[in-house]
Amino acid sequence: MTAPTSSGADLPVRVKFAMYFRLLAMQGSWNYETLNGTGIGFTMEPALRYLPGGIDGPAYRAALARESRYFNAHPYLAGIAVGALVRAELDGVEPARIERFRTALAGPLGSVGDRLVWASWLPFCSLVAIGVYGAGGSPMGVVGTFLLLYNAGHILLRAWGLRIGLSRGLHVASALGNPVLRQGPQYIGCAAALVAGVALPLALQRVAGPGLGLVGGIIGAALIGIVLLARLREHAEGWRIALGVLAIFVLYSVLT
Amino acid sequence: MSLIEALPIALLGALLGLDVVSFPQAMISRPIVAATLAGAFIGHPPAGLLIGVVLEMIALDTLPFGASRYPEWGSAGVVGGALFGAQPHGMPGALPACLLAALLTASISGWSMVVLRRLIAMRLEQTRDRIEEGSRNALLSLHLSGMSMDLLRGGLVTITAMMIFAPLVRAIVAIWGSDSAPSRAVVVVIAAIVAGAALWKVFHSVRHVLWFFLAGLLVWVGLLVTR
Repeated sequence: MTAPTSSGADLPVRVKFAMYFRLLAMQGSWNYETLNGTGIGFTMEPALRYLPGGIDGPAYRAALARESRYFNAHPYLAGIAVGALVRAELDGVEPARIERFRTALAGPLGSVGDRLVWASWLPFCSLVAIGVYGAGGSPMGVVGTFLLLYNAGHILLRAWGLRIGLSRGLHVASALGNPVLRQGPQYIGCAAALVAGVALPLALQRVAGPGLGLVGGIIGAALIGIVLLARLREHAEGWRIALGVLAIFVLYSVLT
Repeated sequence: MSLIEALPIALLGALLGLDVVSFPQAMISRPIVAATLAGAFIGHPPAGLLIGVVLEMIALDTLPFGASRYPEWGSAGVVGGALFGAQPHGMPGALPACLLAALLTASISGWSMVVLRRLIAMRLEQTRDRIEEGSRNALLSLHLSGMSMDLLRGGLVTITAMMIFAPLVRAIVAIWGSDSAPSRAVVVVIAAIVAGAALWKVFHSVRHVLWFFLAGLLVWVGLLVTR
């Protein structure tokens, strides 16, 4: 049995590390019933052992059950919820208030994270790596650039989320007003557009090879296709169209 | 390709398939990484990188938002990189055929993720009472079995795709009828269209985004001129 701790901020470093490591595996039991709810319980579990009575106590069991129910958040920002909920549980906040807090926090953590990470940081890092390839980068250079750049943001965001959640507890909502979370997508989007203008033609030139280059026909066909596909954006998935066109081309090339 | 030859590739597909959602989401499953690693496994990392870049451009179209259904690029990247890395250099049909195999794998693998999530939900239903009682063992068991099944899923998808597509791609490349230049051109146009439209879809609401894109294009033109 572990000794009771008064607050999430006072947790031993090894427990914080354990929670951080579990955050990386938080979506291991993601499902259509509870989304990442069971993952939240799994991630908080090392800290809940510090509740009065320890691992065999009723407080631990009640908290683990409560925290394993439905929850939805972007995985990189889920640390904010995990930290805040750990602190609330260890501070003995009443269960009804914790439930209300969970419900209120889930939506913003999903939408803010999706905008910042999936719709900004990930495409930006992909474009930078594609640009390194277009500039003649080696396999190691391209892969290394992508992984280092992307994960610098990824690792820091998860660590910041857990730290801010543990330190602010149920008052963590103000952290969502952080300038990086609010303005980040706008600035990253501008940077991504700039990089895309250089990186895509460079990379396509290298894929096309020296004998082909980016001749007028290819550029014209690509521009027309982009405009058409962009207009259809709500009704068509580009990768499915790519799959269909490629299948027809392969069939044609095999049969002729 | 024999089963023994496909096993290391399947292991790589399993590990990278796990990265997509379960652990650690460090994006080693992005096709630009996965295909390059698979190419390196085959002994030809530049080939893996080439198809990885094309797949990455197409993958820009599918962002893994919450509960949405999307293709799984980790195993697909491995299959594409391994297949393309194994083709003799300079075969005109190699890139389109391997790309098609990778896209089909991405689609099937995406479906396998939906099946896995349903399986986890069914297992949750069986252990719900114990989890509602606060059973640590039930929660850990659910979570770890979910991750194990995901690992298995990625491996199974990869090995199945390799066993089907390796002989198929070899046969397609052998009887390919189009010349090298149009074969590459089709792939380049497809990648350009999907990437361009995907970026517009993602960034069209960003202020002044077109000006930034045009500025980037000017830099590219400047590079062309100075070269």
